[in-house]
Amino acid sequence: MSPDLFSEVCGIAADVFAVDAQTLGAASSPEQVEAWDSVQHLNLVLALEGKYGIRFEPEEMEGMKNVGAIASLVRTKLT
Amino acid sequence: MESADLRHEIEELLSTGEWRKSVARLQILWEKHASGPLAGFVVTAYTRLRHQLRLTSHRCAIVRSFTVEPIVPILKACGFRWGIDLSIQVGEFHAYAQELLDKSSSLYAFQPDTVILAVDRRDLLPELNSSRTEAIDRVTSQFSGWLRAFRGHTPANLIIHTLECPALAADGVYDAQLFENEAWAIQQINHNLRKLAGEYRGIYVLDYDALVARHGREQWGDERKWLTVRLPISAANLVHMAQEWMKFLAPLAGKEAKCVAVDLDNTLWGGVIGEDGMAGIQVGPEYPGAAYQALQRALLDVSRRGILLAVTSKNNPEDALEVLREHPGMLLRPENFTALRVNWNDKAENLREIAAELNIGLDAIAFLDDNPVERQHVRDALPEVMVVELRADPMEYARAVRDCPVCERLTLSEEDRQRGHYYAAEQKRAALEQSVTSREDFYRSLAQEAEIAPVDIFTLARVAQLTQKTNQFNLTTRRYTEQQIAELVKCAGWRVLSIQVRDRYADNGLVGMAITRDQGDVCEIDTFLLSCRVIGRTVETALLASLAEEARARGGRRLEGWFLPTRKNSPARDFYRNHGFQLISENAAGQLWSFDLAEGGLQAPEWVRVLVAAERA
Repeated sequence: MSPDLFSEVCGIAADVFAVDAQTLGAASSPEQVEAWDSVQHLNLVLALEGKYGIRFEPEEMEGMKNVGAIASLVRTKLT
Repeated sequence: MESADLRHEIEELLSTGEWRKSVARLQILWEKHASGPLAGFVVTAYTRLRHQLRLTSHRCAIVRSFTVEPIVPILKACGFRWGIDLSIQVGEFHAYAQELLDKSSSLYAFQPDTVILAVDRRDLLPELNSSRTEAIDRVTSQFSGWLRAFRGHTPANLIIHTLECPALAADGVYDAQLFENEAWAIQQINHNLRKLAGEYRGIYVLDYDALVARHGREQWGDERKWLTVRLPISAANLVHMAQEWMKFLAPLAGKEAKCVAVDLDNTLWGGVIGEDGMAGIQVGPEYPGAAYQALQRALLDVSRRGILLAVTSKNNPEDALEVLREHPGMLLRPENFTALRVNWNDKAENLREIAAELNIGLDAIAFLDDNPVERQHVRDALPEVMVVELRADPMEYARAVRDCPVCERLTLSEEDRQRGHYYAAEQKRAALEQSVTSREDFYRSLAQEAEIAPVDIFTLARVAQLTQKTNQFNLTTRRYTEQQIAELVKCAGWRVLSIQVRDRYADNGLVGMAITRDQGDVCEIDTFLLSCRVIGRTVETALLASLAEEARARGGRRLEGWFLPTRKNSPARDFYRNHGFQLISENAAGQLWSFDLAEGGLQAPEWVRVLVAAERA
């Protein structure tokens, strides 16, 4: 994956959760990030959809378990 | 500048503590790139700056039938941009009816300033193809009950949404064959909602159906989000919902432009008059002049809401005036502008002068200029001024004005409609003042008539509006809503008076008001204010004399009033002293002044003819 897209997704997640982007990595998940609750998960999904003009299927929303998985999913949608 | 570059710049400015510049760039960033993904950054940045800024706090509760959580950070960012620190509480999912009806609900415990009632049509009316009249009556009476309960429980403002028509009718194309079809039924309900809201003070209608239509019924929502998480608005449109709410919250929080100051070259017309000449500039019904005409039409519309227009332009005054007077493509003429500053001076200086000339604060001026350097300069030099961020394309200028939340008004009085004329008359008065020798002669020559009357249903809206908007000649700066004043006048001992002033040039309309409260033989002046339009013309003395006269007639022995200083009300500072009041107490909040009614000596000036109107029911 291009490092640019990954760091961009990290940046968007950091904005949504109001944390420093440096603290997020591919393995960051709702268990580790305190602000990452179901409302913020929805906000993250909407932020990504808004930013990239993509749309996630309901089933995909449940599979977005950590930042790395989310970034790969975004990438498949963009290619 | 691109969003990412601006962000980096803001991050650096924040880390070096340059908060003024940070705010200026945050405003640009949000106005140019407002969106869900950006909201988190903007809110976090403003939250860091919160203590440096003079933000207006406003408590907003959202009661709803659908998911609104993703809109909250966007709404907060919108609020910050216009100087409002919003505390937002979201009601329980689908619990809006209980929350409105139950006085002990968390909604009322929150003590909101404004409540938004956001109900999706599909939740209220899942089926519309049974009995339409029955459905109209049922929904109308539901809303009627909610509104009545709300008004009984709180003086807060309420914003209700109209119901939206579906993108596809349940009956398919057959629906269009019916006289009383689905859309008709929904329009009937919406009509009833406007009527219901009009029966109460402080309840306003947001035309959600029009908002959805504006963005396209098929595009507004994302069916997947509706079916999975009950969010009826697509990711891209969340910002439009927040901005529409902002158009209500800005005026409700008192963020209103009283004047729009505009540049001329390349803003009001295309080209530079000093170089291109009358024949070379672009303004008229044909492209490219049409874009500038569209902006002028938007400014005319805004001026009909009672917002004054002013010019600040770097030009030779004769060149600019020739265009304003004679160019056939111009919609705006010299008489549409209340203040003109066409010179080579610094624009910030010109804006200061305009504020002084119009007797308004700098924070009541919106500034429109195509030149980003001028905008940046004004943002940095005068952070109070509301600078509208124009995009490079002139075809978007009109929209920027129409979308500007501080140019919105939720009520319009006759005074608002006529404001431009009042100020034109003021200019004639000023000319007269220079021609007569003494001030007393000037006052006499004005032939002023002041009509003082208890507030009634015709004047209530304007009286409340004056308490909200008047900052300068205002002794206590206490803000009241219509609802609160309506309740005050019902209380024993309280009086609310208004003053209308006419002179030989114009009917100035309702320009002042006072609230008094009798406590034993002391009559306390709770509120005393006068619109800046008539400051310095001695009608305030007439109003004060009338209060004294009335208090004496009711058996009062003393008239007392506080002067509570603010950043803006220095014009009122010596009011009591100059009228023979004694200072009897002073604390950190202000000074308490007292007047012995037995002494007399408080009389209306001989040059003001005072008419005391009897109580109208």
